[in-house]
Amino acid sequence: MTLVLKTTPFHPRTAPLVRAQTWRRWAGYQVASAYDPHPDREYAAIRNAAALLDVSPLRKYRIAGPDAVRLLDRLVTRDVTRCAVGQVLYTPWCDARGKVLDDGTLSRLDERTFRLTSAEPNLRWLTMSAAGMDVTIEDVSEHTAALALQGPLARAILATVSPADLGALRYFRLLHSTVRGIPVTISRTGYTGDLGYELWVDADGALPLWDALVEAGAPYGITPAGIWALDLARIEAGLVMIDVDYFSAHHALIPDQLSSPFELGLGWTVSPDKGPFTGRRALRDERARGRMWAFVGLGIDWDSLERLYRQRGLPPQLPPIAWRGSAPVLVNGRQVGYATSGCWSPLLKRYLALAHVTAAHAERGTGVELELTVEHRRQRADAVVTPLPFLDLERKRA
Amino acid sequence: MNDRHDVIVIGAGANGLAAAATLGRAGLAVIVLEQSGAVGGLQRTVEFAPGFHATPTAADDGWLPPAMARDLGLGVPVRTIPDIPLTVALAPGDVLPLARESRAAAEAIRRHSARDAATWPAFTAQLHKLAGFLAVLYQRPAPDIATTGLRDLASLLRVALGLRALGRADMAEFLRIVPMSVRELLDDRFECEALKAAVAAGAVRDLRQGPRSGGTGFVLLHYLVGAAPGSVRDRGYCRDGPETCVAALDALARRNGVTIRTDTAVSRILVRDDAVTGVALASGAEVSAPRVLSTADPAATFLGLVDPVWLDPELLHAVRNIKFRGAAAVVLYALDSLPQRGGLPAASLAGVVTLTPQLDALERAADAAKYGNVSEHPHVEISAPSIRWPAVAPPGKHVVVARVQYAPHCLKDGNGWDGARREALADRVSHLIDTAVPGFLDRVLHRAMFTPADFEARYGVTEGALTHGELTLDQVLFMRPIPGLAHYATPLTGLYLGGAGTHPGPGVMGGGGWLAARRLLQDGTGP
Amino acid sequence: MTARRYDVIVVGGGHNGLVAAAYLARAGRRVLVLERRSMVGGAAVTEEIFPGFKFSVFSYVVSLLRPEIIRELDLPRHGLQILPLESTVTPLDNGDYLASWADPDETRRELCRHSPRDAEAMAVFGRLMQHMAMAVKPILGMVPPDPGSLAPSDLAGLLRFGRHMRGLGPDRFHALFKLMTMSSADYLDEWFECGPLKATKSASGIIGTFLGPRSPGTAYVLLHHYMGEIDGAFRAWGFQKGGTGAISDAIAGAARALGAEIRTDAAVERVLVRSGRVTGVALVSGEEVAAPVVISGLDPRLTFTQLVDPDELPADLVEGVRRFKFRGSSAKVNLALAGLPEFTCLPGPGPHLRGAFSISPSVEYLERAYDDAKYGDFSRQPYMDIVIPSMIDPGMAPPGRHVMSIFVQYAPYARTGGWTDAARDALGDAAVQTLARYAPNLPSLVLHRQVLTPLDIERITGLSEGNIFQGELALHQLFFLRPVPAWAKYRTPIEGYWQCGAGTHPGGGIMGASGRLAAYELLGSSAR
Repeated sequence: MTLVLKTTPFHPRTAPLVRAQTWRRWAGYQVASAYDPHPDREYAAIRNAAALLDVSPLRKYRIAGPDAVRLLDRLVTRDVTRCAVGQVLYTPWCDARGKVLDDGTLSRLDERTFRLTSAEPNLRWLTMSAAGMDVTIEDVSEHTAALALQGPLARAILATVSPADLGALRYFRLLHSTVRGIPVTISRTGYTGDLGYELWVDADGALPLWDALVEAGAPYGITPAGIWALDLARIEAGLVMIDVDYFSAHHALIPDQLSSPFELGLGWTVSPDKGPFTGRRALRDERARGRMWAFVGLGIDWDSLERLYRQRGLPPQLPPIAWRGSAPVLVNGRQVGYATSGCWSPLLKRYLALAHVTAAHAERGTGVELELTVEHRRQRADAVVTPLPFLDLERKRA
Repeated sequence: MNDRHDVIVIGAGANGLAAAATLGRAGLAVIVLEQSGAVGGLQRTVEFAPGFHATPTAADDGWLPPAMARDLGLGVPVRTIPDIPLTVALAPGDVLPLARESRAAAEAIRRHSARDAATWPAFTAQLHKLAGFLAVLYQRPAPDIATTGLRDLASLLRVALGLRALGRADMAEFLRIVPMSVRELLDDRFECEALKAAVAAGAVRDLRQGPRSGGTGFVLLHYLVGAAPGSVRDRGYCRDGPETCVAALDALARRNGVTIRTDTAVSRILVRDDAVTGVALASGAEVSAPRVLSTADPAATFLGLVDPVWLDPELLHAVRNIKFRGAAAVVLYALDSLPQRGGLPAASLAGVVTLTPQLDALERAADAAKYGNVSEHPHVEISAPSIRWPAVAPPGKHVVVARVQYAPHCLKDGNGWDGARREALADRVSHLIDTAVPGFLDRVLHRAMFTPADFEARYGVTEGALTHGELTLDQVLFMRPIPGLAHYATPLTGLYLGGAGTHPGPGVMGGGGWLAARRLLQDGTGP
Repeated sequence: MTARRYDVIVVGGGHNGLVAAAYLARAGRRVLVLERRSMVGGAAVTEEIFPGFKFSVFSYVVSLLRPEIIRELDLPRHGLQILPLESTVTPLDNGDYLASWADPDETRRELCRHSPRDAEAMAVFGRLMQHMAMAVKPILGMVPPDPGSLAPSDLAGLLRFGRHMRGLGPDRFHALFKLMTMSSADYLDEWFECGPLKATKSASGIIGTFLGPRSPGTAYVLLHHYMGEIDGAFRAWGFQKGGTGAISDAIAGAARALGAEIRTDAAVERVLVRSGRVTGVALVSGEEVAAPVVISGLDPRLTFTQLVDPDELPADLVEGVRRFKFRGSSAKVNLALAGLPEFTCLPGPGPHLRGAFSISPSVEYLERAYDDAKYGDFSRQPYMDIVIPSMIDPGMAPPGRHVMSIFVQYAPYARTGGWTDAARDALGDAAVQTLARYAPNLPSLVLHRQVLTPLDIERITGLSEGNIFQGELALHQLFFLRPVPAWAKYRTPIEGYWQCGAGTHPGGGIMGASGRLAAYELLGSSAR
């Protein structure tokens, strides 16, 4: 009988490590939530040593041809004509209403070849956008495995197994090299807000690559990490997640479920004055009119949290892993938004949340209330609008 | 060409000329660019053999919307309605003439069915009445319940009241007939196969579907808009010759100061910052204007002339999904004389003679197209324009035009319309005519065959569809050409669509162009 | 004359008649249901055709039963229990298959095997269908206003309908319009490239119609698959424990509990009318039962031309009923099996045997099946929808044995040459032999076979021309045109005579909506 979910090329290595059978679904794949029963150690590796994350379920498209730049420049909000070979752009892309369909990284592999990663399948939209253009679009998701090596010691570990000049590899750049002879593309990117790399390898090179890194990283405390640890790190880094913090415009059922890049804190990715791209007109209008919503960080006030629990005779209870859901955000008792993910930051020692609030309440320092369930009762904790990212590490781009 | 123009109109067919005339009258500097050597578009005649002229599309003279004629001060050409607009050839020497005068028609029908004869006058009267309601809809932008705005709502209400004014029974009948198949419609009323087949053929005109398809009830009414009472086929012809309508529109446009350039093909519509700036010509030259009104079909316009980066991928997807599906071919014959023995009186050939006396035969012809094949036994109908207009042929000689269905543009075997296939179909058509009209073949001096592939090459119509988009219910009224574009304006500032691919569609002379031009004027022509 | 007095007599104990009876009884009316057969249910019956083998003889799956009826009549308490159908598998001619499973990831993965682009399009398509289902749902619960009437209630109804349409917004309204007018094959061509996927989906658009997948007007039935989802009551399709007859029994149980009386073996000969008013009914037995109101759950032809004298009715109504299209096009083959069929594409046991099989390898296959019917014969290679109810509910067959339900299309009622015994057998053979191409051991497993042609369906259930929907669900026979313009609001020109069958809006499937709306309309009118 066939299995319901696919497994990634690293599965033979990762499966034996998942000690508590804590699996989860990610884009039709079976991946580890955590290898240990609890993600503490894995999270600590991201911030303190190096974590190895299997991110193969990301969709990967290879886009090549004379019109590759033209296609991608009309697809995404950033200016692809100014993307150098070896450069990586993080970018959302929108529908004609200027609402985000998905976000991902766009890597220029050579003059006429790009790799686009995305959370959702985008072959249909890419094909539709490429009508009338001389370009080939190939879904290489299955053939390409991806590993993220993230953490302050990531460079040191990688340097022991790869001849690449990692010191010269700047933030959001990539190079083609090898790891113990295995051809890999190394990009200085990640979803943790830390120093780190993502390694792209042909599926048949996946296991040797894993083995090489685990062996070379052992003296540095390399630790395989699952999605739970990644989730903590990405919230600290203020990075949005599709289906959690926003819905793809393709999947939204009602207008309220749509978000523009401006409304997701991604205004910096929008180049409304570049050449034509899908959603440009709407985004220009929005820029002129001003956004309706903002995506902000919330720092929940500890004293207020402690008070709510003490009233029930309990010590404060903190979420053991990041939560994904929806919690109303209020000002003077009126709802002004909603938080979509939250966690206790082990590093910052603060209870953090990512939230959508109306533009009027997006100012840094605005006092709001976040609805929480305290021992079966809905309560409101004080919180303060905090600029994103919560954690902005120098080493990330150094 | 370097003069300043306010509007460029692409195409000098009836719609292009009507649009240009409307815009010119408003004082705009208008230039019409036509790829071929003369105006007239699908109505244009060609000399297909020395001294023999005909329209390769076999288009009838269409319907000139009276509201447009009034608006533009256009003299309505005098129309002649054949006494017998439609005749069914039953067997050599045996015909069923469906005269316009319904008592005469009933008399002929009685030979086959007394019941049908009794039903006929009321039936034609009802068709006339219901088509008359469509005529009201066809002289204004298509009302759309979903578009907001009080103005639209008021117009919608007027339409609703117009529909109710038909009376309770006719209104219900209109709503019932529109989505129905013409076969069901006819089966409900008649038993005579030949009669049903003759009427049904008008309801599948230029459609890839057969008479059992839903929505053919609508097509029947569509092509009867503007038809004379009692007629169940075509709108008659202009007394003064073919191309009278387009010639009148051409003259009017020129009177209104419009410049018309023939032999000038547009290769690209130029766009800057979501607004048109002009067009590039095949010659390499450019013509600037802040507005372009295209009467090319929607796919030819959006997929062929505009750089896709300016358009929403969803919109392009919708345009690619428009069903064009050209399925009709035409054979033109130059005849030494008309056969006398065949029992086809000249009065019949002045109108249309259908050679398909069975509904199932029509359906089987359509089955082939469904699977991407040319019909083994195509439906053929013929007429002799030289009877109406002797000048189209040398003295004493004749032109016979045969419309042929189904000859689909998109063929399953992938070989396309090569020479052998064209000749094979033309031979089959000749044979069918000769069977119905013995002696026909002996009199043929020349023949010229036009397949959907030829139409595509000659007129630039996508998939050889003379309709600019099939008349299926999902592609008419506020759905034409695609939802969201039904009111002539496009997402690109200054670009308008006004061809037969827009409401009200094919066969309405200048209707789309006129309404598109009015929309353009309404939007304002400031900088 | 019986001693008891009734307020309402319901003619026909099909599911709509039973629903109407239950609602009327709930409102305190004294209701009598008269059913011709010895069991209630009409086309939703379970019968032990062969000893030990039970069949949902006609209608065999359920998805559209209105959730408000389930709630308001508390049907689960009366035995309603819908079991899930796990999957739909389309065997292909190359030995492969296309499946859709209960799990979306698994379905996506399966579809990806055939077309990654389609797997992606499916997500967007599903979302649109959900919107469309939401747009249609209020219409199913709406008494159709008469656009030709100037009565305030009709004008208000038209206004409400117009407002609902406008409220959808242009995008959804236009999408709905396309769905209502296009052919299912054309509609699916806009979304998908995988042939078997398009065929299997478009097959749902042709069920019960005399149309092919390329015939305009077949697209909107695609919605039915999504209606169940938004109702929250079931997955797309379900199977009633004990067969569809158990649904009828549950509704009958609810009606009885609410005080309705149900008599079987009580065929109504005609409705008694005096001076334009109903006075009761006369049974075939000669018995007469008096009541001021009679509701017919039978189809429009029987309701208007058999139960009453058409001369009592306006000529345009009678003409409208004459033109109403029945044209039964489907047959049913019920098999008692000695064991499980083995499908070449998915050998051995597995969850697929608890789901449906669709014999729809390509749109062209379906279209050719239709062509056979157009010219007067049953399809030599028909479209078939197959379930093995005993795999879902083991009580349907003796242990280790099985029942198989095969819905067969096309089988035209008006077959050239008529439905002789030989023709019926030939149809059964065509079904079994076509299926044997995909499950070669099937013929050897068949213990008993029941073949029901449209003529048999008509003879047994009374449904005119064997049309399973009491009249085709075509655009010109829907909403205020169903069954006849001006008489779409469950009333008839005879005072006290009402209609509540599937031949009225919204009709079709085991939905019950017609019965409920008719009951409410009747109660509302008598309140006024």
